[in-house]
Amino acid sequence: MKGYSVFSLVRNAFSGHRHWNPVWRTPKLRKSYDIVIIGAGGHGLATAYYLASKHGIRNIAVLDKGLIGGGNTGRNTQVTRSNYFWPQSAAFFDHSLKLYENLSRDLNFNVMLSQRGVLTLAHSHHELESLRQRANAIQINGVDSEVMTPAEIKKLVPLLNMSARHPVLGGFIQRRAGISRHDAVAWAYARAADAYGVDIIQQCEVEGFDINDGRIAGLQTTQGKISADKVSIAVAGHTSIMTAKAGFRVPVTSMALQAMVSEPIKPCLDTMVASSAIHMYASQSDRGEIVLGAGADVYTSYAQRGGIPLLEENVSALLELLPAFSRLKLNRQWAGIVDITPDTTPIMGKTPVKNLYISGGWGTGGYKAIPAGGDTMAYTIANDNAHPLIEDFGLERFEIGALIDEGSSSGVAH
Amino acid sequence: MLRIPCLYCGVRDEVEFRYGNDAHVSRPSPAVSDAEWSDYLFNHTNPKGVHFERWCHVFGCGQWFNVARDTVTHEILAVYPMGNPAPDLEE
Ligand SMILES: Cc1cc2nc3c(=O)[nH]c(=O)nc-3n(C[C@H](O)[C@H](O)[C@H](O)COP(=O)(O)OP(=O)(O)OC[C@H]3O[C@@H](n4cnc5c(N)ncnc54)[C@H](O)[C@@H]3O)c2cc1C
Ligand SMILES: [Zn+2]
Repeated sequence: MKGYSVFSLVRNAFSGHRHWNPVWRTPKLRKSYDIVIIGAGGHGLATAYYLASKHGIRNIAVLDKGLIGGGNTGRNTQVTRSNYFWPQSAAFFDHSLKLYENLSRDLNFNVMLSQRGVLTLAHSHHELESLRQRANAIQINGVDSEVMTPAEIKKLVPLLNMSARHPVLGGFIQRRAGISRHDAVAWAYARAADAYGVDIIQQCEVEGFDINDGRIAGLQTTQGKISADKVSIAVAGHTSIMTAKAGFRVPVTSMALQAMVSEPIKPCLDTMVASSAIHMYASQSDRGEIVLGAGADVYTSYAQRGGIPLLEENVSALLELLPAFSRLKLNRQWAGIVDITPDTTPIMGKTPVKNLYISGGWGTGGYKAIPAGGDTMAYTIANDNAHPLIEDFGLERFEIGALIDEGSSSGVAH
Repeated sequence: MLRIPCLYCGVRDEVEFRYGNDAHVSRPSPAVSDAEWSDYLFNHTNPKGVHFERWCHVFGCGQWFNVARDTVTHEILAVYPMGNPAPDLEE
């Protein structure tokens, strides 16, 4: 891999930027691999990268029916935080945030991490109480978290309307949290994995599995049959469709989660602001757009478009809290299909099929998890044993009743 | 936006309804294994295509009913009462 540096930039500037090397190869699908990963989203690509870099396994293919990062990884609102309520979640997501903090250097690719703080607002005394409890739990989990007074909040985000119909009574912030560039994360892992010899095959859809005696033997794809010792599923909204082909069910509901951006404006919002009660979160991208996220349309859907009622609800929530944005035009609105679990905790680890692994159930919040998801899945696949950080995230938790209910403790979708 | 034909009130906007996921799920006997019980509790058919599902007209008549809907096009193919079997959509 040719590293990027100021020198390579200058050198290529002299030749009019006509001689940059392709960022990754376009290899042909071979007949056999040690490990095949289904889905070239952030999770699949990061898993391949850590398998190659940390576990020395190079004979790997990552297959995608579409393009690198064309799924939810390239559609999300980029919130990167680790302020989770339950200890298992906090440990996992903080590992991820720590990896994010060094990711640009580790992968020699600028993922534009901006630790601008994620501020969650409280609009009633009850909400403020539960938010204080969350802030304490998060601190006990060893993650930074601060409760803020209305005066402190107003100083941090001067545009906020503090006395809206749902007045701002307080809030809490994780200062290490922020946003990063989602495409860059996918591209950085793809480039780094490719440099280790991982074959990333785009426009190759997996249609079925070959299973012998309960053990994975290979795959059927639109580019032909291949054999594989181990296979891992990382297909987000299509998780249950993939597992059905392998003969088992997973507790996910696929729904359309939407987001939107405004036209670009001058810098005016340098914190990520979220409100669970009136259901919106907003940040300003480096390009100046206001990025606005909402919830998922609350019915099963594989249509990659968001419904109008939620869009309206979301925009009115934004304008109530940040009325200065009322004249902005929306530039784009889109949706991705997210697989939501009953406890909104991911499903990671082994499956009922030997040597078939799963990383799914990422629902509305798996972007921030990409580095740790890749790291822990690589370990799990290489050792055929769950990484200690994800021991409690396995499919068996539903059978033994050991759910990790982040849904009720996080609220807003990001 | 979905326009859902309530069996009792006629066509209304999706915001008047609450979704109830899979129709035709019946509770197994308490004697089943943990695996079967958790399958009943947590797993859904979650299909890409036709889905038989329950909706409740919460901001209307308050009644539950079943809907056959395509989860890709969102087209509503049939509406039928609770307790009725899934319609044969081939006809
Ligand atoms: C609007 C929106 C906003 C979001 N905001 C945030 C946020 O702010 N913060 C956060 O942490 N998370 C957020 N998320 C969630 C986050 O985007 C996802 O959890 C994460 O990107 C999942 O990554 P992945 O690699 O598992 O899936 P994806 O990136 O979706 O990749 C899965 C890939 O699998 C491929 N695939 C599917 N089926 C097959 C098949 N049969 N054969 C081959 N390939 C297949 C797809 O083409 C796709 O490229 C948001 C999601 C959406 C939609
Ligand atoms: Zn009705």
